[in-house]
Amino acid sequence: MAGLKTRKQQRLIVVSVSLLALFGSVFLVFSALNEGSLNLFYQPTAVVEKQVPPGRTFKLGGLVEVGSFTKDNDGLTYRFVITDCETDQPVVFRGLLPDLFREGQGVVTEGALDETGVFQATNVLAKHDENYVPRGTMPTSPDQCTHPDGGYAQAESSR
Amino acid sequence: MAGEIGHFALILVFVSALMGATLPQYGAWRGNGFLMSFATRAVYTQFVMAAVAFGALTYAFVTSDFSVINVASNSHTLKPLLYKISGVWGNHEGSLLFWVLNLTLFAALVAMRGKALPIRFRARVLSVQSLLVLGFTAFILLTSNPFLRLDPAPLEGNGLNPLLQDPGLAFHPPMLYLGYVGLSVAFSFAIAALLEGEVNSLWARWVRPWALLAWIFLTGGIALGSWWAYYELGWGGWWFWDPTENASFMPWLVAAALLHSAIVVEKRDALKSWTVLLAIIAFSFSLLGTFLVRSGIVTSVHAFATDPARGVFILAFLALTIGGSMALYAWRAPRMAPSGLFGLVSRESALVLNNIFLSTFAGVVLVGTLYPLIMEASGAGQITVGPPFFEFAATVIMSPLIVALGFGPFLAWKRGKIGRASQALLPAVGVAVVAGVLLLWSDLGGTLMTAFGLALAVWLMASVMLEIAARVKLWSAPSGALKRLITVPRAQWGMSLAHFGLGIMLLGMTVSETFTSETLTVMKPGDTADVGNYAFTFTGVAPVPGPNYTAVRGFFEVRKNGDLVTTLMPEDRVYSNPVTNTTEAGIHSLMSGDLYAVIGESAGGGRWSMRLYFKPFISALWLGAFLMVVGGLLSLLDRRLRVGMPVGRDRLQLDGGR
Repeated sequence: MAGLKTRKQQRLIVVSVSLLALFGSVFLVFSALNEGSLNLFYQPTAVVEKQVPPGRTFKLGGLVEVGSFTKDNDGLTYRFVITDCETDQPVVFRGLLPDLFREGQGVVTEGALDETGVFQATNVLAKHDENYVPRGTMPTSPDQCTHPDGGYAQAESSR
Repeated sequence: MAGEIGHFALILVFVSALMGATLPQYGAWRGNGFLMSFATRAVYTQFVMAAVAFGALTYAFVTSDFSVINVASNSHTLKPLLYKISGVWGNHEGSLLFWVLNLTLFAALVAMRGKALPIRFRARVLSVQSLLVLGFTAFILLTSNPFLRLDPAPLEGNGLNPLLQDPGLAFHPPMLYLGYVGLSVAFSFAIAALLEGEVNSLWARWVRPWALLAWIFLTGGIALGSWWAYYELGWGGWWFWDPTENASFMPWLVAAALLHSAIVVEKRDALKSWTVLLAIIAFSFSLLGTFLVRSGIVTSVHAFATDPARGVFILAFLALTIGGSMALYAWRAPRMAPSGLFGLVSRESALVLNNIFLSTFAGVVLVGTLYPLIMEASGAGQITVGPPFFEFAATVIMSPLIVALGFGPFLAWKRGKIGRASQALLPAVGVAVVAGVLLLWSDLGGTLMTAFGLALAVWLMASVMLEIAARVKLWSAPSGALKRLITVPRAQWGMSLAHFGLGIMLLGMTVSETFTSETLTVMKPGDTADVGNYAFTFTGVAPVPGPNYTAVRGFFEVRKNGDLVTTLMPEDRVYSNPVTNTTEAGIHSLMSGDLYAVIGESAGGGRWSMRLYFKPFISALWLGAFLMVVGGLLSLLDRRLRVGMPVGRDRLQLDGGR
């Protein structure tokens, strides 16, 4: 078993082990790329169009509608509306909001719809700096949106 | 003025890179010694000129010369000096200039330390390096010139993203860059070897220190970045499988594979063409990482700017470099002399196994990183691949690697005995199983996976210690063991330390992921919350001024069994230029874990929202990374003593008989 093989045998063994690893990893990739690890990304309009069922985890992106932001009395629960300027999606989030969370700016949230159609966010990702808009948070018709602080338009023009 | 000098120096880098990339290569082909000797001068010129250009940009940043666009949009007069300097590489244009500076620095080091290399081989290595400099300099000059002027100059700059104003992040990019660029040396050696049609153990001796150095920098850079994320992003996470993190992790995996396979080439003259391929792949991953990060094709904190022209240029450069080198490999590799033989159970086989696992993992991470891009391009909508995918893959692929890692050092070169190795490792198996079973048996509440992870970590650490014990013959001749311990070569210590560091890291991951206690709550001064075995008492907040920010600082007295352990002071900072908030977690490290507090915002009536954690063993992550770096350095120092003038037969071989 441990004896030296000929060069051909050695190559055969190495190649077959490598092929095994290759097939193994292909199998691994396909079995792991399932619902649990893939997050679809939707904007509010797509959520309605695709009729995403309650409880299904996905990422919701869009602009935080100006004037929609409220905080509950417990100091930890936040309510706001994410919009793509066509459809509004109410969101509830319990936790600490990221530092850069602002009304009128792009945001990506992770979570699922509840039975009443409210998006229960488990995670909120705001953009990291003022030059950067999270991908996919851009509405298809941005000129319909109003931003008193010029948040979105400003970010777009300063790129 | 400095801007113009820098710009001019950069053009000189371009010109000398153009000459350095072509003339010596032609000379090597024609056997013209004069043209070949030009390679060294070209490389030195590039380095000096790149240093001048980088110095000019640094000068503009330090003196806040806002007539330079790059300075105006990334700096500010009130910024502390450290961040004025780190701002030089904290933006797209400056970071590319820094990349070029490193490329030329490494080329100059190869030229300086490689005087003993055969002249034709050296000319080829240096001219490949010049070719890379040429590509990057062209990229800077055509699409990302940091020296462009702004007229009229503004009175004040835009400032640097405050998230980046942090000591951890001031040094994270340069470390990673040194790692990325270090792999370019291995790449140049691989291409030169393909052109020469010859790879031998001397080649591996030259390549391995560079691969090792690159790997050390990558390890340090990744660890710093992850440490930064841990204390700055404020939710206690340290790794997010973000595309840009993956972009640095993939070259790390391949560099790790490379520095292991180069050992086989050096010691046993086997795996030659595979090692050459790995060197090419490793640098390709560096370039791919740059492409992913710089083109804005993936979004993250690292994506400075999105500009289609840049993306197209990098993509073309990537295709040329990777495609060209792979084509060269396909053409030339089969001509190389066949490799040495080894048995199915041997040190070589163990290292092959290491290579298969590491490169498979790199491949899987690549698929997970690019999958969203492919799906989007094919019109299937936007998708992200989440941590569960990568965690599953890491568990499935890395577990057998770690099991095999315990055996590897016990196997002899060429022909090992699995029975003897197993016998020697029996105590490690015992300790690992006991640790796993004890955890499941205890009331700590770990899952089966926790027990498995713990057992793997214990197995790895125990096997490393057993290997040292066997090396100094602790069991068979204990009297002389201590003396033998001193004479163990540094490279051996390096290997043991790095492997042990991996074990500690695994221990930290497993324990901290499972046993973290976390509380999200609202408190008013005087309230106490219990987290794990610790009582956090909120005593109030106070405003604190900083150099270019103001902060709200929260105070938490942490007690265990009534005894004061520490006072945590997390901050919520508001920077003035640009106006941005950042979170500074309050962290206190104990032997058993980290106490971690983040302050949120006022909830009215003197109440504040906050998040409190106890993260057991989390420091083991950074300690493990530190041990890996130290292990790598030890191994590197050992090599310096052994890499000397190639003498006798080796030199003739590399010279191709000329």
